[in-house]
Amino acid sequence: MATQTLLPPTDAAPSAPALSARPSLRETVNQTLAMAWRATKKMRRNPEQFFDVTLQPLLFTAMFAYIFGGAISGSVSDYLPIVIPGILAQTALTTCMAMGTQLREDMDKGVFDRFRSLPIARIAPLAGPALADVIRYTIASTLTILVGLAMGFRPGGGVLGTIGGWALTIFAAWSLAWIFTWLGTVARSAQAVQGISLMIMFPLTFLSNAFVPAETLPGWLEAFVNVNPVSHVVTACRDLINDGALTAEVGWAVLGCLVVVAVFAPLAVRSYSKKI
Amino acid sequence: MDNTTPSHPTAADHAVDASGLVKRFDDFRAVDGVDLQVRRGEVFGVLGPNGAGKTTMLSMLATLLPIDGGSARVFGVDVASDPHRVRQLVGVTGQYASVDENLTAAENLYLFGRLLGLSRVHARTTGANLLERFGLTGAADRKIAQFSGGMRRRLDLAASLIARPPLIFLDEPTTGLDPRTRGQMWETIRELVAQGSTILLTTQYLDEADQLADRIAVIDRGRKVAEGTSDELKSSVGNSTLQVRLTDRDAAGHAATVVERVLGESPVLTPEAGGLSIALPDPNRAADVLIALREAALTINTAAVQQPTLDEVFLALTGHHSEHDTDIENEEVA
Repeated sequence: MATQTLLPPTDAAPSAPALSARPSLRETVNQTLAMAWRATKKMRRNPEQFFDVTLQPLLFTAMFAYIFGGAISGSVSDYLPIVIPGILAQTALTTCMAMGTQLREDMDKGVFDRFRSLPIARIAPLAGPALADVIRYTIASTLTILVGLAMGFRPGGGVLGTIGGWALTIFAAWSLAWIFTWLGTVARSAQAVQGISLMIMFPLTFLSNAFVPAETLPGWLEAFVNVNPVSHVVTACRDLINDGALTAEVGWAVLGCLVVVAVFAPLAVRSYSKKI
Repeated sequence: MDNTTPSHPTAADHAVDASGLVKRFDDFRAVDGVDLQVRRGEVFGVLGPNGAGKTTMLSMLATLLPIDGGSARVFGVDVASDPHRVRQLVGVTGQYASVDENLTAAENLYLFGRLLGLSRVHARTTGANLLERFGLTGAADRKIAQFSGGMRRRLDLAASLIARPPLIFLDEPTTGLDPRTRGQMWETIRELVAQGSTILLTTQYLDEADQLADRIAVIDRGRKVAEGTSDELKSSVGNSTLQVRLTDRDAAGHAATVVERVLGESPVLTPEAGGLSIALPDPNRAADVLIALREAALTINTAAVQQPTLDEVFLALTGHHSEHDTDIENEEVA
């Protein structure tokens, strides 16, 4: 030991000795990717993280189609074009909800103190897991569509339209995850995050046009349903998957998701930076 | 290429220069106006009992906690206004191993290397080098959950060294370690110093500060109560103490005057009745004191010469025992 040096060899040290005032965009991207790498390692070691994204699409698609199909659309096959986009949106919300709880649990561990002490972009520890979580959204939305196809759903929008709806779902999940990421940084415990997340998730999914046509609802409820961003995502998915049409709804859904990110990502970074 | 000192700070700057540091938690002032100057290349020890504010102070200097009052500079860079630069200058090793429990040892070092801007290849080789130097190569692919306390600390320290920071914070690096592992950790810290690192370490143990630190600040209840070299601190309580327990518990006052006549300084009465804690400027004077007590017809139950403990330094500096002992006293009164 005595003849060796403990410090790493010089050629492995960061090349520029000059200090930078803030991380560059390139550094931020690399740090986010490193954090995403960490998150995928975690996922591989805790495979139970994949239970919800595999079981829920199987269970919910079959369950909702057979329970509500006859009542709402007369038959299961007539209901599938309505409910598959609805379940896509619901799955997106429920799977991205886990972000907040996981982040909160993670932040309580000592390693987050080290992350905070490192000269890295403050957004990297938040954006990394969010990026890795896209894997889960992809599994969930792919399975939902496959189950629908197995049940006899034939999307009118063709392959392209279906892929469009599928991609929109994943994008929406990634965007909405920032709400829960923010919750994770402000709440005191993982249980609190879980409770609040459920309270947000249920009204957003069920008070939308995901499972029933909005016109069948009382006026005041219809008004809420029509402004609910989830309704826009659902309608946009229906337009893409059933009609293959790039309608204004698609634009609104994308815009709505971007607004969510623009509001909640900075909020999350701010409260993360301040957290003890 | 000079990798040990960054180009921005000038040689004149202290590694750490803090004045009037304050941290409030609601009404409680965890750190209450502390000044701290750490010179380049020295090991500076912050000594104090649990809850004295040591970790809070370190957290503020490491940009982990906002500073509520006063100012701090690290190599001349302001901590509050330029945290990103400060983070490039400081490596932090926490009281509790701050490595990722979900990853293996090698993956941990790879992750931190990548975060610090190393290429994939460099991150891997740097990690492998550090594991080898800290004797962890055999455990490279093991999960952290299976690591012993000593291995965790070593990995934690290794992770702090990836970027070769010129200043290293060690927060209670050996708390909870067995004596052998503690000795290994001390050896590691000495090697770092020999290679030119500046180290700011906190500890509850006087002997640790004694072994490692060039200068020591004693912190109590958020305030700095003393600062100096280990020798200076110890001489303020005597190099060692003679602990005496009198047979007659009420004779302590009489004994104190006898001791004062011999040594010229009055001893401290211990919390137990009939006990005296006598600071000795020279261990050889113990015999003089004992002879004087016998001549004064004061009989003793027990007598022992002890190295000064942190509690005695505390007692001498603050007039009260460290928190733990105070609690016990209070319980006895109640």
